[in-house]
Amino acid sequence: MKIIILGAGQVGGSLALSLANESNDITLVDSDPKVLQEIQDRADLQTVVGHASHPTVLAQAGAMDANMVVALTNSDETNMVACQIAYTLFHTPTKIARVRATDYLDYDGLFVQEALPIDVLISPEYLVSKYIENLIEHPGALQVLNFADGKVKLIAIALHAKSMLIGKKVSAIFDDMKDMDTNLVAMYRHQQLLTIEQDVELEAGDELFFIAASSKAKNITTMLQGLDKPNRRVIIAGGGNIGLLLAQILEPHYRVKLIERDAGRAKSLSEILEKTIVLQGDAADENLLMEENIDSVDVFCALTNDDEANILSSMLAKRLGARKTMSLINRPSYIELVESGMIDTAISPQQVTIGALLAHIRRGDVVAVHSLRKGYAEAIEAVAHGDHRTSKVVGRKIHELKLPTSAGIGAIVRADEVIIATPELIIEPEDHVIIYLADKNKVREVERLFQVSATFI
Amino acid sequence: MQPFVILRILGQLLMIFSITMLPAVGVGLFYNESDSVDSLAMAFLATLITGFLLWYPFRNYQSDLRLRDGFVIVVLFWTVLGLFGSIPFFLSNALALGFVDSLFESISGLTTTGATVLTQLDHLPYSILFYRQQLQWLGGMGIIVLAVAILPMLGVGGMQLYRAETPGPVKDNKLTPRITETAKALWYIYLSLTILCALSYWLAGMTVFDAISHSFSTIAIGGFSTHDLNLQYFDSRIIEWVAIVFMLLSGANFGLHFLVWRHRSLPHYWRDDEFRMYCLILLASSIIILSVVKFHDTLSGPLFDQITTVVFQVVSIGTTTGFTSDDFSVWPTFIPVLLIMLSFIGGCAGSTGGGMKVIRMLLLFKQGLRELKRLVHPNAHFAVKLGKKPVDNRVIEAVWGFLSAYIGIFIIMLLMLLASGIDQVTAFSAVAATLNNLGPGLGEVANNYSDINAFSKYVLCLGMLLGRLEIFTLLVIFTPVFWRR
Repeated sequence: MKIIILGAGQVGGSLALSLANESNDITLVDSDPKVLQEIQDRADLQTVVGHASHPTVLAQAGAMDANMVVALTNSDETNMVACQIAYTLFHTPTKIARVRATDYLDYDGLFVQEALPIDVLISPEYLVSKYIENLIEHPGALQVLNFADGKVKLIAIALHAKSMLIGKKVSAIFDDMKDMDTNLVAMYRHQQLLTIEQDVELEAGDELFFIAASSKAKNITTMLQGLDKPNRRVIIAGGGNIGLLLAQILEPHYRVKLIERDAGRAKSLSEILEKTIVLQGDAADENLLMEENIDSVDVFCALTNDDEANILSSMLAKRLGARKTMSLINRPSYIELVESGMIDTAISPQQVTIGALLAHIRRGDVVAVHSLRKGYAEAIEAVAHGDHRTSKVVGRKIHELKLPTSAGIGAIVRADEVIIATPELIIEPEDHVIIYLADKNKVREVERLFQVSATFI
Repeated sequence: MQPFVILRILGQLLMIFSITMLPAVGVGLFYNESDSVDSLAMAFLATLITGFLLWYPFRNYQSDLRLRDGFVIVVLFWTVLGLFGSIPFFLSNALALGFVDSLFESISGLTTTGATVLTQLDHLPYSILFYRQQLQWLGGMGIIVLAVAILPMLGVGGMQLYRAETPGPVKDNKLTPRITETAKALWYIYLSLTILCALSYWLAGMTVFDAISHSFSTIAIGGFSTHDLNLQYFDSRIIEWVAIVFMLLSGANFGLHFLVWRHRSLPHYWRDDEFRMYCLILLASSIIILSVVKFHDTLSGPLFDQITTVVFQVVSIGTTTGFTSDDFSVWPTFIPVLLIMLSFIGGCAGSTGGGMKVIRMLLLFKQGLRELKRLVHPNAHFAVKLGKKPVDNRVIEAVWGFLSAYIGIFIIMLLMLLASGIDQVTAFSAVAATLNNLGPGLGEVANNYSDINAFSKYVLCLGMLLGRLEIFTLLVIFTPVFWRR
């Protein structure tokens, strides 16, 4: 597929790298030649220097025969205009744009063919905030991801030393979860994938990936981890866009405090937010944290745009007694560094955003994609179309499917009903199939499986 | 300051005001009351001629008004009209009132206070009674414009809050013609409420004369009646409920009525923080007083009648109307004192009600909460909000200033009355009842103010004006800064 990516920032850059490895034809456009040079050194892609919304620049990037334009520059307006031009002048079929300002998103009928022809709007801030909210709602989970409009969740759990499951066999989990609408789809030990066999004994530090109906998801985390109380008190450090959005999402259900360094920003935050307590100060100020009872805080989220400040304030909060710390970290190299124990959860905004973009880049009718384990694994929600003749999945039992060995089907959403996958389950047309793929390199095989053959009209 | 322009406007005001005496003359002719017709007609001529003499020499002085002119005109409106409005009382032989008493009655009418020095109302000429009621109604009209359009513009006591919502002018301190548009819309609402109220009273069993007269004093939140017994005279629960409904409506912000009318949507009422608070205060007070009344077994009769009496009294005093349907001053002491305290809160801003206004109390309450929260979180920022909108600190400062001025004025006036030899209960309630534009007090002034000394009457006249002009509007005239060019 021929894809033009506008803007080589953090999201644009990592998307380009990730897609280039999948043998797509990528052109990256940015006004800064240095950034482009750096990326070109690491991956096989074409780069164009220039202003992203100028028609000549787009033409030079090959907009004439591109399948897709992904506008990810820092400016909402540039992104919108670029999509408009791609549509009007080059008839690009799929246009994706990052639009941050919620004001644009509040009005229906703005992003339609006649007005602003953008097919998919992406707001990284919103995605990251929702991602963090999911994590806070499920204490004990490493990752919580939504499928089928939130009806199904993928939950990743690392067993801690005090879990009652330690030393038990995998079959014990299945016994415990018989009526919980859930499925164990993958298991890692020391970063290595294990095949799920009934008699494997569980050890501390094992990472388990479950797929479950949303209504039951909370039971699973509490059952497996046992010890974690539900989260009540949250401190957010950094009142930027993500911090503000997260506070707005959380404040009806949690007791939220938000620390912002800038006095003017703190004042305006206090005017926007309803119940959140806005504190002005440095998130790494020990006295401030002590004064606000950091030792009884359930979750501390460091969400400033400074990786180092996030890591340090999270470490401080952890030492002062915060039960769980999360930190927004942009640099991939830092993520591996801190996840070894200093910080409970490192959140990579690129990973979260790329998942949302991948869904539109995958072939076949793929509704949602989440990038997992630093991009090595993927969870995919695909729709089965056609009939027994034209499709390779419809009308077949799950164990008959020619899935790669590293892939497993977790659940199926039929109409509004969530069905947990069993080997004998037969897939029907229009089913949403949720697949965990441990090895991303096999993604083409999965895509091919869900593509309807040419005879299907 | 542009004295000639102000004089011209004052002249025009007096001429218009003189015309409003004519309906009373008509009533006098209809009932064949030669004495009061004479006094009203003479007052009409005197006012008209004075107005003409003020207006004619300066009629060509046309220029835009400035902020300071606004203050002077507002103050003159109430003082000068109060003075000229007293002429019919002074001249009438049936009343035989002195100058102080006439002035007191006139100012009490125009400021919609409802405190009276007249006794034996039932035997007075109809034309005088009608004139009295109409005086309140006209005062109410002036108050609506004052409260909704002018005070927000002058920014008195935190009322700049309403500046954004009123279609009134803001920029470069000029009174632009848009104020007339606002005033017109508000008067339509005022007039329709009055007509509705009069019809309801009539249907509930009043005579035509009583229905019209009482609708005037109800919508104006005044409290004058044509009977010594006030609303108790009618002894009708239906009439009391009609009064409750219309007092409640008149005690709400007319700007809010305007909004509801323009959007044709009732939920706007409930979305307004001040209106919600206003209803809650009145509801809570009714419940408290009802339980005290039940506990002491004060009232007899069926429960519904008792509820009616209590709710009527709470709404009447709470909105600072001052109607009475029972002599509440002899109820267990807790109740009259609570009711007088309630009148300090008063109606909503932008209504015909008096007191300090619900919105200010709401802001002070929220500000108090904010101080408490700040003690717990010294580093936190908290915003005081109305609805979802943050309130500027400047507004809250102004409200604090207003509260302290209100208390200060109250104490000074209380001491002055005590010095003149009035007992403490009477003095306290009389000052509260006039400063809050309520009307009836306790003790000696429970029914009327005829028995207190002349000095106190002057003080109370000043109190009514101060209360009506939200204190600062009047005080600012007495500051040297104001007169400096």
